Amino acid sequence: MAVGVSTGYKVFRGFVYTGLGLVALLCILPMVNILAISFSEQGEVAKGNVFFWPRDFTVDSYRVMFREGAFLRAFGVSTMRVLVGTSLNIVLTLLMAYPLSKTAKILPGRNIFMWAMVFVMLFNGGLVPTFMLVRSLGLVDRFWALVLPAAVPMFSVILIMNFIRSLPPSLEEAAMIDGAGYGQVMLMVVVPLSMPAIATITLLSAVGHWNEYFSGLIYMNRSSNYPLQTFLYTMTAQRDINNLEQALAFAKVSDRTLISAQIFVAMIPILLVYPFLQKHFVKGIVLGSVKG
Amino acid sequence: MAREQKLGKVYPLYLMLIPGFVFLIIFNYIPLYGITIAFKDFFPSRGILGSPWVGLEYFEYMVSLPDTWRVVGNTFIIAILKILIGFPIPIITAILLNEVSHVGFKKTVQTMIYLPHFLSWVILGGMLVDLLSIDGGLVNSVLARFGREDPIFFLGDNNWFRPVLVVSDIWKEFGFGTIIYLAAIVGIDPNLYEAARVDGSNWLQSTRHITIPGMLPIVMLIAILNLGNIMNANFDQVFNLYNTLVYRTGDIIDTFVYRISLVDFNYSLGTAVGLFRSVVAFVLIASSQYLAYKYSDYRVF
Repeated sequence: MAVGVSTGYKVFRGFVYTGLGLVALLCILPMVNILAISFSEQGEVAKGNVFFWPRDFTVDSYRVMFREGAFLRAFGVSTMRVLVGTSLNIVLTLLMAYPLSKTAKILPGRNIFMWAMVFVMLFNGGLVPTFMLVRSLGLVDRFWALVLPAAVPMFSVILIMNFIRSLPPSLEEAAMIDGAGYGQVMLMVVVPLSMPAIATITLLSAVGHWNEYFSGLIYMNRSSNYPLQTFLYTMTAQRDINNLEQALAFAKVSDRTLISAQIFVAMIPILLVYPFLQKHFVKGIVLGSVKG
Repeated sequence: MAREQKLGKVYPLYLMLIPGFVFLIIFNYIPLYGITIAFKDFFPSRGILGSPWVGLEYFEYMVSLPDTWRVVGNTFIIAILKILIGFPIPIITAILLNEVSHVGFKKTVQTMIYLPHFLSWVILGGMLVDLLSIDGGLVNSVLARFGREDPIFFLGDNNWFRPVLVVSDIWKEFGFGTIIYLAAIVGIDPNLYEAARVDGSNWLQSTRHITIPGMLPIVMLIAILNLGNIMNANFDQVFNLYNTLVYRTGDIIDTFVYRISLVDFNYSLGTAVGLFRSVVAFVLIASSQYLAYKYSDYRVF
C-alpha cells in the first residue's frame, strides 16, 4: 500500500482524498438540499435562499403531508405491495431455482425449462400486449396487477440457482441417503444453507417493489389505488410544458416544500435498509452478475 | 439410473416448477401472442381475435413517420453518450479509491456514492426537477450568485437535456460500477506491487503496469455487456424528466411507444414500434451475451 513516501506521492494522495471527498459530497448534496427545503418556510424556498440548511425551520410540510389522505393511502399501498410482492417473489424464486440447479441428467428437460425462462428474459411482447393481457384478466384497478405480472424475478432465480450449485453436493446426498425426498431436502438443507443469498434477493425484491411506479401508473385508473412512487410521479413529472411561461407557472404553483417532504419520506425505507443493502449487494454482485 | 432411484424420485422437482411456469406462461408467453396486434387493425372492444388483419400496414406507417426516426436516433445517441462518458468514471474512481488507506474515509465515500443506485428515478427525477428549477432551484440560485442573470432551463432546453441525462445517469450508477472494479483490484496479487516497488516503480507505473492490466478482464467484460445496452436509453429516467419542450432531443423509443399506445390509444402502431424495439434489443443483448461468453467465459447461467 505505502508505495514510497515521496513528497510527490503525498501531494497526489492529498488530491485523491480531496477529490473523492468532493465527489462523494456532490452525490448526496441533492438529498441534503431536498431535506433542507422540506423543513423550510415556503417564502424562503421560493426566493432561492435554501441551500443545505433549513431557513425559518418549520414542520408544516410534514403536517400537511400526513393530514393528506392520498399520501398516506399511497404509502399503505406500497407497504402492502412490498410485503405481498416480495413474499411471492421469494417463494417462486426458491421453487424455480432448486429444480433448475439440477443437471439435465438428474432432471430430464431441465435445459428446456431453463431456456424457456431465459427466452422471456431477453424477449418480451412489449408494452401493449402485456397491458391488454392485464386488462383482459380484469386486474385493472386491482392490487394484484402490481404484484402478479412480475411474480417470477428471473434474475433472482438465476442468482439463487448459481448459489445452490456452489453448495457441496455431499450435504444433499447425505440427507437423501437418510431417506429424505427432494421436497424435504430443499426445506431442511438447501434453503437454510442459502440464507445469505436469499437475504440478498429479498432486499433487492423489496427495494424493487418499493421503487416501482410504472405498473401503478398504467394499471390503476383511480389515483386512490396508486402506490407511493406512482403518486409521487404524478406530483413531480411535468410532461405538458410547451413553453417557458408554462414552466414558470408550473414552478410557481408547485408546492416545493411539500413535494420535498414527500420525496424525503419516500426515501426513508430505502435509507433504513441501506446498511443491509450495502453489505448484501456487494455479495450479490459476486454471486450473480460478475463471475469473471 | 440406480443412483437416481437411490436418491429419490424426481417428480417433486417438476411439481416445484409448476407455479413459476404458470406465471411465466400467463404473463410472459401469452403476451407474445398479443404481438399480432401489430399486424391487425386492433380495437379493444373486438378483442385480438375479432380485429381484422392488415398485414404490414402499421410497419409501413411506422417507417413513414418522421417521429420514428427521431426517437430511434435519440435512443442511440443518448445510450451511446451514457456508455462512452460513463464508462471510464467508475474505473478511475475505483483506482483512486484503492489508494485511500484510511478505512473510515473509504467506507464513507463508498456509502455516499452507492446511495443513488437504490433510489428510483421518480425520487431522483423529483430531486432534479427541483434542483434544476428555473424558479429558485439550487443550481440556478448558485449560478445567480456567481453573476449569471438568466436562469438556465436545463430540463426544457434542447441543448441541455441530453447533458442532464448523461450526468444524472452517472450520478445514479457510477457507484455501482465502482464496486465491481474495486473487487477486481482487490483480487490482484499484492506481491506484484511489492516486487514493482522493490524495482523502484512509482505509483503511476504500478497503476499502468499492474492495476490496469489486472482490471482488464472485467473492463473488457463490462464493455462487451454494454454493447447490449446501446438501444437502452433508460425509459424510467427519460420518462421522469422529459416534457414536450425537449421531445426533439430527448424523446426515445420507449417513451414514444408509451405515448402512442396509452395516451393516443393507437395500440397497433404502439405494438409495431414496440416489436421493432424488442427484436433489435433481443439481437443486441443476445450477441453481447454470446461475445461475453466467448471472450470472457462469462455466463449468466
